[in-house]
Amino acid sequence: MSVMWKEKSIKIFFTGAATTSIVVVGLIFLFLGKEAAPFLFSENIVKLFGTEWVPVSFEKEQFGMLPLITGSFLVTFLAILFAVPFGVLSAVYLSEIANKTEQEMLKPLIELLAGIPSVVIGFFGIIALSPILKNTFGLESGLNALNGAILLALMATPTIITISDDAIRSVPSSYKQASIALGGSKLQTIWRVVVPDALSGIIAAVMLGIGRVIGETMTVLMVTGNAAIITASPFDSVRTMTATIAAEMGEVAFGSDHYRVLFCVGIILLLITFGLNMIAQKVLRRRSV
Amino acid sequence: MKIKVQDLIIFGLIRLATYFVVFIIAYILLDIIVNGIGAINWEFLTTFPRKGGSEGGIFPAIVGTLYLVLLTIAIALPLGMASAIYLNEYAKQTRFTHIVRLAIITLAGVPSIVFGLFGLGIFVIFLKFGTSILSGSLTLACMILPTIIVSSEEALKSVPMQFREASYALGATKWQTIRKNVLPYAIPGMLTGSILGIGRAAGETAPILFTAAAFFFPRLPGSVFDQVMALPYHLYVLATQHPGMDEVRPIQYGTALVLISLVLGINIIAIFLRSYFIRKYKW
Repeated sequence: MSVMWKEKSIKIFFTGAATTSIVVVGLIFLFLGKEAAPFLFSENIVKLFGTEWVPVSFEKEQFGMLPLITGSFLVTFLAILFAVPFGVLSAVYLSEIANKTEQEMLKPLIELLAGIPSVVIGFFGIIALSPILKNTFGLESGLNALNGAILLALMATPTIITISDDAIRSVPSSYKQASIALGGSKLQTIWRVVVPDALSGIIAAVMLGIGRVIGETMTVLMVTGNAAIITASPFDSVRTMTATIAAEMGEVAFGSDHYRVLFCVGIILLLITFGLNMIAQKVLRRRSV
Repeated sequence: MKIKVQDLIIFGLIRLATYFVVFIIAYILLDIIVNGIGAINWEFLTTFPRKGGSEGGIFPAIVGTLYLVLLTIAIALPLGMASAIYLNEYAKQTRFTHIVRLAIITLAGVPSIVFGLFGLGIFVIFLKFGTSILSGSLTLACMILPTIIVSSEEALKSVPMQFREASYALGATKWQTIRKNVLPYAIPGMLTGSILGIGRAAGETAPILFTAAAFFFPRLPGSVFDQVMALPYHLYVLATQHPGMDEVRPIQYGTALVLISLVLGINIIAIFLRSYFIRKYKW
């Protein structure tokens, strides 16, 4: 009898541990909501839809989130524009073209890139990339949306490579053999058979890459110049949602409007990444069925 | 024949794209190693910063990062491993399991700065732990939990089913089977996989910005309720807020090198251990 009780309690213990993840996710939504609610459910909420972000002012504070959202979107869009071709081509190379030694050397290096802390990448952006951009394009400052986008592209690349690589490897080799038996060249096989079959996995990889880029904080905080303006030019300085939270939360008065608005920004970020993640999982799951 | 030449050119371009990515990684690493190595000496590693970080060392930031990482491991590792044991050994395809998996995926996608807000809201303010090592480590633990769960589950999966069946056939209970016939073979893999998550915790700045980090703290932290200096935060402040940003460049490079050595060192150990255990256990 005691053995049975022991087994039962052990099972309950492990089940409890597994519940942690659910509890943490619930608490994240709860506490972000709790801190944002007093602002979100007041008439002040209309302020969020303004076009100016001037959170500290003697006359009138402005909490328009549009500049932050467009800032995040501009940097993310550019970063993905750079990262997708390089990421997908590298994945094709690693899984279909490279020989064994090349694979064994290149893959750990790319994994290493994923491990470099974002603050170090940001530091590199300030000291190395910024002067290059400044001189190449004749700008006043190299700290702008383009700088952030290039570095973020670099950070999204390992994510895109790893997941695309998995997808490409899971294409049945019988498909490839059939294509070659029909007289297809290696390139035709890759382009017409392998990539189309792996496409859903590649799309999921790109979505997870976008999620990584839009949530990245320290690098953009350090290199994008942090001017809250609405612009579509890569050479302008922008301020992203993540950078705004990181830069301003340290100096706000607890419980003030500004404090609560920063939590609102956090909720929007959370919802965007949550949505991207769910769509990516749907795409990946349909694939594995 | 014409197609062949075309193919070769295109393969060449694809290879070029791949090597371009690798080249940039190598360039960043070399730039930081070459410029940082000169700043590193015994004094830099073992003394406190002086004059607002313009002189002296980064000793408290190194110690602070180690404290944060150790406490994070102590919190996240047992929870993560136990979750993985549940998912791989106990769970059936139920609604509960499905929700657990969904939660893990969600958690893995939450931006690090949102973890920072969460940690501020719950640990610093609501639970009144203040800006402290405890708040920071709890926040980091939530962040790396999914990494630990997923890699631990991989390790458990790789233990062949026959190991469990043989144990059941001899009349062992479920827990006896897990303890004697599954965990001994899975634990090395579980630990090495988890190291990757730990490397990430050591390098992250955003989650500790408002939960743990101080730019300067005059002594080493005495308890888990003290604020703490941390390498990534130290580098951030030196590179962006310091009044003499250009004069302290060697110190910035030195800090970046120490941080990168720590994080990549942890990751490289994990990668080596993984290939060692893969070779050791062949079923």
